[in-house]
Amino acid sequence: MNWQWFHRLGSPRWFYEKTTVWLPWLMLSAWGLLLIGGIWGLGFAPEDVKQRNSFRILYIHAPVAYISMSCYYIMAISGAVGLIWKMKLPFMVMKACAPIGLGLTIVVLATGSIWGKPTWGTWWEWDARLTSYLILSFLYLGAIALQQAFQNRDTADKASAILALVGTVNIPIIYKSVDWWYTLHQPATLKIVGKSTIDPSMLYPLFVMIIGFYLFFTLVLILHTRTEILRRESRTQWVKELVLANNSGKGEGASS
Amino acid sequence: MANSSLASSLFWATFKRDLILAFRHKGDMVNPLVFFLIAITMIPLALGPEKAVLMRIAPGIIWVMALLATLLSLDSLFRSDFDDGSLEQLLIAPYPLTLSVMAKILVHWLATGLPLTLMAPVLGVMLSLPASAFAALCYSLLLGTAAMSLIGAVGAALTVSLRKGGVLISLIVMPLYIPILIFGASAVQTAALGEAYKMQLAVLGAGLAIALLLAPLAAAGALRVSVNG
Repeated sequence: MNWQWFHRLGSPRWFYEKTTVWLPWLMLSAWGLLLIGGIWGLGFAPEDVKQRNSFRILYIHAPVAYISMSCYYIMAISGAVGLIWKMKLPFMVMKACAPIGLGLTIVVLATGSIWGKPTWGTWWEWDARLTSYLILSFLYLGAIALQQAFQNRDTADKASAILALVGTVNIPIIYKSVDWWYTLHQPATLKIVGKSTIDPSMLYPLFVMIIGFYLFFTLVLILHTRTEILRRESRTQWVKELVLANNSGKGEGASS
Repeated sequence: MANSSLASSLFWATFKRDLILAFRHKGDMVNPLVFFLIAITMIPLALGPEKAVLMRIAPGIIWVMALLATLLSLDSLFRSDFDDGSLEQLLIAPYPLTLSVMAKILVHWLATGLPLTLMAPVLGVMLSLPASAFAALCYSLLLGTAAMSLIGAVGAALTVSLRKGGVLISLIVMPLYIPILIFGASAVQTAALGEAYKMQLAVLGAGLAIALLLAPLAAAGALRVSVNG
Protein backbone atom coordinates (compact mmCIF):
# COMPACT_ATOMS: atom_id res chain seq x y z
CA MET A 1 0.00 0.00 0.00
CA ASN A 2 1.43 3.31 -0.99
CA TRP A 3 0.63 5.95 1.61
CA GLN A 4 2.88 8.62 0.21
CA TRP A 5 0.01 10.70 -1.14
CA PHE A 6 -1.50 10.80 2.34
CA HIS A 7 1.68 12.06 3.95
CA ARG A 8 2.09 14.61 1.18
CA LEU A 9 -1.36 15.95 2.06
CA GLY A 10 0.12 17.03 5.38
CA SER A 11 2.36 19.52 3.61
CA PRO A 12 0.70 22.87 2.99
CA ARG A 13 3.33 23.69 0.39
CA TRP A 14 2.58 20.58 -1.65
CA PHE A 15 -1.14 21.36 -1.50
CA TYR A 16 -0.58 24.97 -2.52
CA GLU A 17 1.54 24.07 -5.50
CA LYS A 18 -0.80 21.29 -6.66
CA THR A 19 -3.90 23.45 -6.43
CA THR A 20 -2.24 26.25 -8.39
CA VAL A 21 -2.34 23.86 -11.34
CA TRP A 22 -5.90 22.69 -10.64
CA LEU A 23 -7.48 26.09 -10.09
CA PRO A 24 -8.02 27.23 -13.71
CA TRP A 25 -9.62 23.89 -14.67
CA LEU A 26 -11.79 23.87 -11.60
CA MET A 27 -12.87 27.44 -12.19
CA LEU A 28 -13.68 26.76 -15.83
CA SER A 29 -15.72 23.61 -15.14
CA ALA A 30 -17.56 25.06 -12.13
CA TRP A 31 -18.63 28.26 -13.88
CA GLY A 32 -19.34 26.36 -17.10
CA LEU A 33 -21.65 23.84 -15.45
CA LEU A 34 -23.36 26.53 -13.37
CA LEU A 35 -24.00 28.57 -16.49
CA ILE A 36 -25.31 25.59 -18.49
CA GLY A 37 -27.44 24.31 -15.61
CA GLY A 38 -28.68 27.78 -14.76
CA ILE A 39 -29.76 28.65 -18.30
CA TRP A 40 -31.24 25.19 -18.83
CA GLY A 41 -33.11 25.21 -15.53
CA LEU A 42 -34.29 28.81 -15.58
CA GLY A 43 -35.00 29.14 -19.28
CA PHE A 44 -35.72 25.77 -20.86
CA ALA A 45 -37.01 23.36 -18.22
CA PRO A 46 -40.82 23.05 -18.37
CA GLU A 47 -43.02 25.08 -16.05
CA ASP A 48 -44.44 23.37 -12.97
CA VAL A 49 -48.21 22.76 -13.11
CA LYS A 50 -48.99 23.98 -9.61
CA GLN A 51 -46.17 26.33 -8.74
CA ARG A 52 -45.74 27.88 -12.21
CA ASN A 53 -42.34 29.48 -12.58
CA SER A 54 -41.62 29.91 -8.89
CA PHE A 55 -40.38 26.33 -8.59
CA ARG A 56 -37.27 27.28 -10.58
CA ILE A 57 -35.58 28.53 -7.45
CA LEU A 58 -35.20 24.82 -6.69
CA TYR A 59 -32.17 24.83 -8.99
CA ILE A 60 -30.30 26.95 -6.49
CA HIS A 61 -32.05 25.95 -3.28
CA ALA A 62 -31.61 22.18 -3.47
CA PRO A 63 -27.93 21.95 -4.51
CA VAL A 64 -26.89 24.52 -1.91
CA ALA A 65 -28.88 22.63 0.73
CA TYR A 66 -27.02 19.39 -0.05
CA ILE A 67 -23.64 21.07 0.04
CA SER A 68 -24.23 23.01 3.24
CA MET A 69 -24.85 19.71 5.01
CA SER A 70 -21.85 17.91 3.51
CA CYS A 71 -19.72 20.95 4.32
CA TYR A 72 -20.24 20.24 8.02
CA TYR A 73 -19.09 16.67 7.54
CA ILE A 74 -16.03 17.80 5.61
CA MET A 75 -15.29 20.18 8.49
CA ALA A 76 -15.65 17.40 11.08
CA ILE A 77 -13.69 14.82 9.11
CA SER A 78 -10.80 17.17 8.43
CA GLY A 79 -10.85 18.15 12.11
CA ALA A 80 -10.64 14.48 13.09
CA VAL A 81 -7.80 13.85 10.62
CA GLY A 82 -5.95 16.82 12.08
CA LEU A 83 -6.44 15.58 15.63
CA ILE A 84 -5.45 11.99 14.89
CA TRP A 85 -2.46 12.46 12.57
CA LYS A 86 -1.48 15.88 13.92
CA MET A 87 -1.30 17.44 10.46
CA LYS A 88 -1.42 21.14 9.76
CA LEU A 89 -3.35 21.22 6.52
CA PRO A 90 -6.62 19.54 7.66
CA PHE A 91 -7.04 22.15 10.37
CA MET A 92 -6.78 24.88 7.75
CA VAL A 93 -9.44 23.13 5.64
CA MET A 94 -11.60 22.82 8.76
CA LYS A 95 -11.26 26.50 9.54
CA ALA A 96 -12.13 27.41 5.95
CA CYS A 97 -15.28 25.26 6.05
CA ALA A 98 -17.08 27.16 8.82
CA PRO A 99 -17.67 30.54 7.12
CA ILE A 100 -18.42 28.87 3.77
CA GLY A 101 -20.95 26.62 5.45
CA LEU A 102 -22.56 29.56 7.20
CA GLY A 103 -22.85 31.38 3.88
CA LEU A 104 -24.41 28.32 2.26
CA THR A 105 -27.01 27.89 5.01
CA ILE A 106 -27.90 31.57 4.71
CA VAL A 107 -28.44 31.07 0.98
CA VAL A 108 -30.60 28.00 1.72
CA LEU A 109 -32.70 29.94 4.21
CA ALA A 110 -33.03 32.98 1.95
CA THR A 111 -34.02 30.99 -1.15
CA GLY A 112 -36.30 28.84 1.00
CA SER A 113 -38.19 31.81 2.33
CA ILE A 114 -38.38 33.46 -1.10
CA TRP A 115 -39.78 30.21 -2.43
CA GLY A 116 -42.12 30.00 0.55
CA LYS A 117 -43.79 33.33 -0.21
CA PRO A 118 -45.62 32.23 -3.40
CA THR A 119 -46.11 28.57 -2.39
CA TRP A 120 -46.98 28.78 1.30
CA GLY A 121 -48.02 32.42 1.46
CA THR A 122 -45.50 33.38 4.15
CA TRP A 123 -41.85 34.31 4.21
CA TRP A 124 -41.14 31.98 7.08
CA GLU A 125 -42.78 28.70 7.85
CA TRP A 126 -41.66 26.41 10.67
CA ASP A 127 -41.11 23.65 8.18
CA ALA A 128 -38.94 20.71 9.28
CA ARG A 129 -36.30 21.18 6.61
CA LEU A 130 -36.03 24.95 6.96
CA THR A 131 -35.80 24.61 10.74
CA SER A 132 -33.04 22.01 10.42
CA TYR A 133 -31.04 24.36 8.24
CA LEU A 134 -31.61 27.20 10.68
CA ILE A 135 -30.13 24.99 13.41
CA LEU A 136 -27.28 24.01 11.10
CA SER A 137 -26.47 27.69 10.67
CA PHE A 138 -26.38 28.01 14.49
CA LEU A 139 -23.86 25.15 14.60
CA TYR A 140 -21.68 26.96 12.06
CA LEU A 141 -22.00 30.19 14.07
CA GLY A 142 -20.84 28.33 17.19
CA ALA A 143 -17.88 26.86 15.32
CA ILE A 144 -16.83 30.30 14.05
CA ALA A 145 -17.26 31.89 17.50
CA LEU A 146 -15.14 29.21 19.18
CA GLN A 147 -12.45 29.44 16.53
CA GLN A 148 -12.18 33.19 17.02
CA ALA A 149 -12.25 33.11 20.83
CA PHE A 150 -8.81 31.58 21.29
CA GLN A 151 -5.58 33.54 21.08
CA ASN A 152 -3.52 30.42 20.57
CA ARG A 153 -3.99 28.96 17.08
CA ASP A 154 -3.24 25.34 18.04
CA THR A 155 -5.79 25.40 20.84
CA ALA A 156 -8.35 27.02 18.58
CA ASP A 157 -7.84 24.31 15.95
CA LYS A 158 -8.10 21.39 18.32
CA ALA A 159 -11.04 22.84 20.26
CA SER A 160 -12.96 23.51 17.03
CA ALA A 161 -12.20 19.99 15.85
CA ILE A 162 -13.68 18.52 19.04
CA LEU A 163 -16.75 20.74 18.72
CA ALA A 164 -17.20 19.71 15.09
CA LEU A 165 -17.02 16.04 16.07
CA VAL A 166 -19.58 16.49 18.86
CA GLY A 167 -21.80 18.30 16.36
CA THR A 168 -21.48 15.43 13.89
CA VAL A 169 -22.82 12.97 16.44
CA ASN A 170 -25.65 15.39 17.13
CA ILE A 171 -26.67 16.34 13.59
CA PRO A 172 -28.61 13.15 12.74
CA ILE A 173 -30.32 13.32 16.15
CA ILE A 174 -31.26 16.96 15.64
CA TYR A 175 -32.46 16.19 12.14
CA LYS A 176 -34.66 13.31 13.27
CA SER A 177 -36.06 15.15 16.27
CA VAL A 178 -36.96 18.21 14.20
CA ASP A 179 -38.66 15.91 11.70
CA TRP A 180 -40.64 14.30 14.49
CA TRP A 181 -41.46 17.67 16.03
CA TYR A 182 -42.81 18.85 12.69
CA THR A 183 -45.05 15.84 12.09
CA LEU A 184 -46.32 16.13 15.66
CA HIS A 185 -47.55 19.67 15.15
CA GLN A 186 -48.79 19.16 11.57
CA PRO A 187 -49.23 22.71 10.35
CA ALA A 188 -51.64 23.21 7.45
CA THR A 189 -49.25 23.90 4.59
CA LEU A 190 -48.82 22.74 1.04
CA LYS A 191 -46.27 20.04 0.48
CA ILE A 192 -43.38 20.73 -1.81
CA VAL A 193 -43.02 18.55 -4.88
CA GLY A 194 -41.50 15.26 -3.72
CA LYS A 195 -38.01 14.38 -4.87
CA SER A 196 -38.97 11.12 -6.57
CA THR A 197 -41.96 12.50 -8.43
CA ILE A 198 -39.97 15.11 -10.30
CA ASP A 199 -40.04 14.86 -14.08
CA PRO A 200 -36.78 13.96 -15.92
CA SER A 201 -36.97 17.16 -17.98
CA MET A 202 -36.72 19.09 -14.70
CA LEU A 203 -34.29 16.64 -13.12
CA TYR A 204 -31.41 16.77 -15.63
CA PRO A 205 -30.72 20.50 -15.19
CA LEU A 206 -30.88 19.88 -11.44
CA PHE A 207 -28.14 17.26 -11.74
CA VAL A 208 -26.00 19.68 -13.73
CA MET A 209 -26.56 22.34 -11.07
CA ILE A 210 -25.70 19.95 -8.23
CA ILE A 211 -22.41 18.92 -9.84
CA GLY A 212 -21.70 22.55 -10.75
CA PHE A 213 -22.33 23.73 -7.21
CA TYR A 214 -20.14 20.97 -5.78
CA LEU A 215 -17.29 22.02 -8.06
CA PHE A 216 -17.90 25.64 -7.12
CA PHE A 217 -17.82 24.71 -3.42
CA THR A 218 -14.55 22.82 -3.93
CA LEU A 219 -13.15 25.87 -5.67
CA VAL A 220 -14.15 28.24 -2.87
CA LEU A 221 -12.88 25.83 -0.23
CA ILE A 222 -9.50 25.54 -1.97
CA LEU A 223 -9.24 29.32 -2.33
CA HIS A 224 -10.03 29.82 1.37
CA THR A 225 -7.55 27.13 2.37
CA ARG A 226 -4.85 28.68 0.18
CA THR A 227 -5.37 32.04 1.86
CA GLU A 228 -5.15 30.36 5.24
CA ILE A 229 -1.95 28.56 4.19
CA LEU A 230 -0.33 31.84 3.15
CA ARG A 231 -1.41 33.48 6.40
CA ARG A 232 -0.07 30.70 8.60
CA GLU A 233 3.09 29.92 6.66
CA SER A 234 3.95 33.56 6.03
CA ARG A 235 7.29 33.16 7.83
CA THR A 236 8.50 30.23 5.78
CA GLN A 237 10.97 30.59 2.96
CA TRP A 238 8.75 29.24 0.19
CA VAL A 239 5.95 31.72 0.88
CA LYS A 240 8.42 34.61 0.96
CA GLU A 241 9.86 33.50 -2.38
CA LEU A 242 6.39 33.10 -3.82
CA VAL A 243 5.33 36.58 -2.78
CA LEU A 244 8.56 38.11 -4.03
CA ALA A 245 8.25 36.34 -7.37
CA ASN A 246 4.65 37.49 -7.71
CA ASN A 247 5.53 41.07 -6.83
CA SER A 248 8.45 41.31 -9.25
CA GLY A 249 6.31 39.70 -11.95
CA LYS A 250 3.64 42.32 -11.46
CA GLY A 251 6.20 45.08 -11.37
CA GLU A 252 7.58 44.05 -14.76
CA GLY A 253 4.12 43.76 -16.19
CA ALA A 254 3.30 47.27 -15.11
CA SER A 255 6.50 48.80 -16.45
CA SER A 256 6.48 47.12 -19.85
CA MET B 1 -8.03 -5.33 40.29
CA ALA B 2 -5.95 -2.84 42.24
CA ASN B 3 -6.19 -0.51 39.29
CA SER B 4 -9.96 -0.58 39.14
CA SER B 5 -10.31 0.02 42.88
CA LEU B 6 -7.90 2.94 42.56
CA ALA B 7 -9.97 4.32 39.72
CA SER B 8 -13.20 4.02 41.68
CA SER B 9 -11.61 5.64 44.72
CA LEU B 10 -10.49 8.49 42.46
CA PHE B 11 -14.06 8.85 41.25
CA TRP B 12 -15.48 8.94 44.77
CA ALA B 13 -12.76 11.25 46.08
CA THR B 14 -13.47 13.77 43.30
CA PHE B 15 -17.17 13.34 43.84
CA LYS B 16 -16.92 13.99 47.60
CA ARG B 17 -14.62 16.95 47.21
CA ASP B 18 -16.82 18.63 44.61
CA LEU B 19 -19.96 17.96 46.59
CA ILE B 20 -18.44 19.59 49.68
CA LEU B 21 -17.30 22.54 47.54
CA ALA B 22 -20.76 22.86 46.02
CA PHE B 23 -22.37 23.01 49.46
CA ARG B 24 -19.82 25.54 50.69
CA HIS B 25 -20.56 27.84 47.74
CA LYS B 26 -24.30 27.79 48.15
CA GLY B 27 -24.63 30.89 45.99
CA ASP B 28 -23.52 28.98 42.89
CA MET B 29 -26.13 26.36 43.64
CA VAL B 30 -29.00 28.72 44.47
CA ASN B 31 -28.49 31.31 41.73
CA PRO B 32 -29.75 29.20 38.81
CA LEU B 33 -32.80 28.27 40.88
CA VAL B 34 -33.54 31.91 41.65
CA PHE B 35 -33.10 32.70 37.97
CA PHE B 36 -35.55 29.90 37.12
CA LEU B 37 -38.12 31.34 39.54
CA ILE B 38 -37.77 34.98 38.47
CA ALA B 39 -37.71 34.20 34.76
CA ILE B 40 -40.90 32.12 35.06
CA THR B 41 -42.53 35.00 36.98
CA MET B 42 -41.80 37.32 34.04
CA ILE B 43 -44.02 35.27 31.72
CA PRO B 44 -47.45 36.02 33.28
CA LEU B 45 -46.35 39.61 33.81
CA ALA B 46 -45.65 39.92 30.10
CA LEU B 47 -48.54 37.86 28.72
CA GLY B 48 -51.28 38.57 31.24
CA PRO B 49 -52.66 36.25 33.91
CA GLU B 50 -55.33 34.39 31.88
CA LYS B 51 -55.33 30.77 32.98
CA ALA B 52 -56.11 29.34 29.55
CA VAL B 53 -53.08 30.99 27.96
CA LEU B 54 -50.72 30.05 30.78
CA MET B 55 -51.96 26.47 30.79
CA ARG B 56 -51.28 26.20 27.09
CA ILE B 57 -47.72 27.52 27.22
CA ALA B 58 -46.63 26.23 30.64
CA PRO B 59 -44.87 23.02 29.49
CA GLY B 60 -42.77 24.80 26.89
CA ILE B 61 -41.97 27.79 29.09
CA ILE B 62 -40.88 25.68 32.06
CA TRP B 63 -38.66 23.57 29.83
CA VAL B 64 -37.04 26.55 28.10
CA MET B 65 -36.36 28.26 31.42
CA ALA B 66 -34.88 25.07 32.90
CA LEU B 67 -32.61 24.89 29.85
CA LEU B 68 -31.50 28.50 30.30
CA ALA B 69 -30.90 28.00 34.02
CA THR B 70 -28.71 24.98 33.23
CA LEU B 71 -26.78 27.02 30.66
CA LEU B 72 -26.14 29.73 33.26
CA SER B 73 -24.71 27.23 35.70
CA LEU B 74 -22.35 25.57 33.20
CA ASP B 75 -19.59 28.14 33.36
CA SER B 76 -18.84 27.30 36.99
CA LEU B 77 -18.43 23.58 36.23
CA PHE B 78 -14.65 23.69 35.71
CA ARG B 79 -13.97 27.39 36.29
CA SER B 80 -12.90 27.43 39.96
CA ASP B 81 -10.77 24.30 39.51
CA PHE B 82 -9.09 25.92 36.55
CA ASP B 83 -8.45 29.14 38.48
CA ASP B 84 -6.84 27.48 41.50
CA GLY B 85 -4.85 24.96 39.46
CA SER B 86 -6.47 21.77 40.73
CA LEU B 87 -7.72 21.03 37.23
CA GLU B 88 -4.11 20.79 36.01
CA GLN B 89 -3.37 18.38 38.84
CA LEU B 90 -6.20 16.17 37.63
CA LEU B 91 -4.84 16.38 34.09
CA ILE B 92 -1.37 15.17 35.05
CA ALA B 93 -2.64 12.55 37.50
CA PRO B 94 -1.95 9.00 36.24
CA TYR B 95 -5.65 8.12 36.23
CA PRO B 96 -8.24 8.36 33.48
CA LEU B 97 -9.43 11.95 33.32
CA THR B 98 -12.81 10.74 32.09
CA LEU B 99 -13.62 9.40 35.54
CA SER B 100 -12.96 12.59 37.43
CA VAL B 101 -14.83 14.57 34.76
CA MET B 102 -17.71 12.15 35.22
CA ALA B 103 -17.70 12.78 38.97
CA LYS B 104 -17.73 16.53 38.39
CA ILE B 105 -20.66 16.27 36.01
CA LEU B 106 -22.55 14.12 38.49
CA VAL B 107 -22.03 16.74 41.20
CA HIS B 108 -23.09 19.49 38.79
CA TRP B 109 -26.30 17.63 38.10
CA LEU B 110 -26.95 17.01 41.81
CA ALA B 111 -26.36 20.69 42.51
CA THR B 112 -28.41 22.19 39.63
CA GLY B 113 -30.38 19.63 37.59
CA LEU B 114 -31.94 17.83 40.52
CA PRO B 115 -33.01 21.00 42.41
CA LEU B 116 -34.42 22.42 39.15
CA THR B 117 -36.46 19.24 38.73
CA LEU B 118 -37.71 19.39 42.30
CA MET B 119 -38.63 23.04 41.95
CA ALA B 120 -40.43 22.69 38.61
CA PRO B 121 -43.76 21.40 40.05
CA VAL B 122 -44.09 24.55 42.18
CA LEU B 123 -43.63 26.67 39.07
CA GLY B 124 -46.10 24.37 37.31
CA VAL B 125 -48.70 25.31 39.91
CA MET B 126 -47.93 29.00 39.36
CA LEU B 127 -48.52 28.60 35.61
CA SER B 128 -51.62 26.45 36.28
CA LEU B 129 -50.21 23.37 34.56
CA PRO B 130 -52.89 20.63 34.30
CA ALA B 131 -52.64 18.08 37.12
CA SER B 132 -52.03 15.21 34.69
CA ALA B 133 -48.75 16.77 33.54
CA PHE B 134 -46.84 17.00 36.83
CA ALA B 135 -45.42 13.48 36.77
CA ALA B 136 -44.30 13.93 33.15
CA LEU B 137 -42.71 17.27 34.06
CA CYS B 138 -40.62 15.68 36.82
CA TYR B 139 -39.60 12.58 34.87
CA SER B 140 -38.71 14.48 31.71
CA LEU B 141 -36.70 17.09 33.61
CA LEU B 142 -34.94 14.38 35.63
CA LEU B 143 -33.69 12.72 32.44
CA GLY B 144 -33.31 15.94 30.47
CA THR B 145 -31.27 17.93 32.99
CA ALA B 146 -28.85 15.00 33.36
CA ALA B 147 -28.34 14.89 29.61
CA MET B 148 -27.95 18.69 29.54
CA SER B 149 -25.29 18.58 32.29
CA LEU B 150 -23.37 15.97 30.29
CA ILE B 151 -23.52 17.76 26.93
CA GLY B 152 -22.93 21.13 28.55
CA ALA B 153 -19.76 19.80 30.17
CA VAL B 154 -18.18 19.56 26.72
CA GLY B 155 -18.93 23.22 26.08
CA ALA B 156 -17.68 24.20 29.52
CA ALA B 157 -14.47 22.21 28.99
CA LEU B 158 -13.83 23.82 25.60
CA THR B 159 -14.19 27.35 26.96
CA VAL B 160 -12.67 26.97 30.44
CA SER B 161 -9.43 28.75 29.58
CA LEU B 162 -11.22 31.74 28.05
CA ARG B 163 -11.85 34.82 30.16
CA LYS B 164 -15.31 35.44 28.75
CA GLY B 165 -16.56 31.92 28.34
CA GLY B 166 -20.13 32.54 29.48
CA VAL B 167 -21.89 33.72 26.32
CA LEU B 168 -19.76 31.49 24.15
CA ILE B 169 -20.88 28.37 26.04
CA SER B 170 -24.52 29.24 25.36
CA LEU B 171 -23.75 29.79 21.68
CA ILE B 172 -22.00 26.45 21.34
CA VAL B 173 -24.22 24.31 23.53
CA MET B 174 -27.75 25.57 22.80
CA PRO B 175 -28.05 24.02 19.32
CA LEU B 176 -26.97 20.69 20.82
CA TYR B 177 -29.76 20.93 23.40
CA ILE B 178 -32.50 21.14 20.76
CA PRO B 179 -33.42 17.41 20.66
CA ILE B 180 -33.67 17.31 24.47
CA LEU B 181 -35.89 20.38 24.47
CA ILE B 182 -38.15 19.01 21.75
CA PHE B 183 -38.78 15.68 23.43
CA GLY B 184 -38.84 17.02 26.99
CA ALA B 185 -41.38 19.74 26.27
CA SER B 186 -43.41 17.37 24.14
CA ALA B 187 -43.60 14.81 26.97
CA VAL B 188 -45.14 17.44 29.25
CA GLN B 189 -47.43 18.75 26.53
CA THR B 190 -48.86 15.33 25.64
CA ALA B 191 -49.29 14.55 29.34
CA ALA B 192 -51.19 17.83 29.73
CA LEU B 193 -53.56 16.63 27.01
CA GLY B 194 -54.00 13.41 28.96
CA GLU B 195 -52.20 11.16 26.48
CA ALA B 196 -49.38 8.64 26.90
CA TYR B 197 -45.92 10.18 27.06
CA LYS B 198 -43.79 7.06 27.49
CA MET B 199 -42.31 7.34 24.02
CA GLN B 200 -40.83 10.80 24.69
CA LEU B 201 -39.38 9.62 28.00
CA ALA B 202 -37.84 6.61 26.25
CA VAL B 203 -36.19 8.88 23.68
CA LEU B 204 -34.91 11.16 26.45
CA GLY B 205 -33.51 8.11 28.22
CA ALA B 206 -31.81 6.96 25.03
CA GLY B 207 -30.32 10.42 24.60
CA LEU B 208 -29.10 10.33 28.17
CA ALA B 209 -27.48 6.93 27.57
CA ILE B 210 -25.62 8.20 24.49
CA ALA B 211 -24.55 11.35 26.31
CA LEU B 212 -23.39 9.28 29.29
CA LEU B 213 -21.22 7.24 26.98
CA LEU B 214 -19.69 9.96 24.82
CA ALA B 215 -19.87 13.28 26.65
CA PRO B 216 -17.35 12.54 29.45
CA LEU B 217 -14.85 11.32 26.85
CA ALA B 218 -15.33 14.43 24.72
CA ALA B 219 -15.19 16.70 27.78
CA ALA B 220 -11.96 15.08 28.97
CA GLY B 221 -10.43 15.49 25.51
CA ALA B 222 -11.61 19.10 25.40
CA LEU B 223 -10.04 19.80 28.81
CA ARG B 224 -6.70 18.43 27.65
CA VAL B 225 -6.84 20.70 24.60
CA SER B 226 -8.02 23.88 26.23
CA VAL B 227 -5.98 23.74 29.44
CA ASN B 228 -2.63 22.68 28.02
CA GLY B 229 -2.90 25.05 25.08
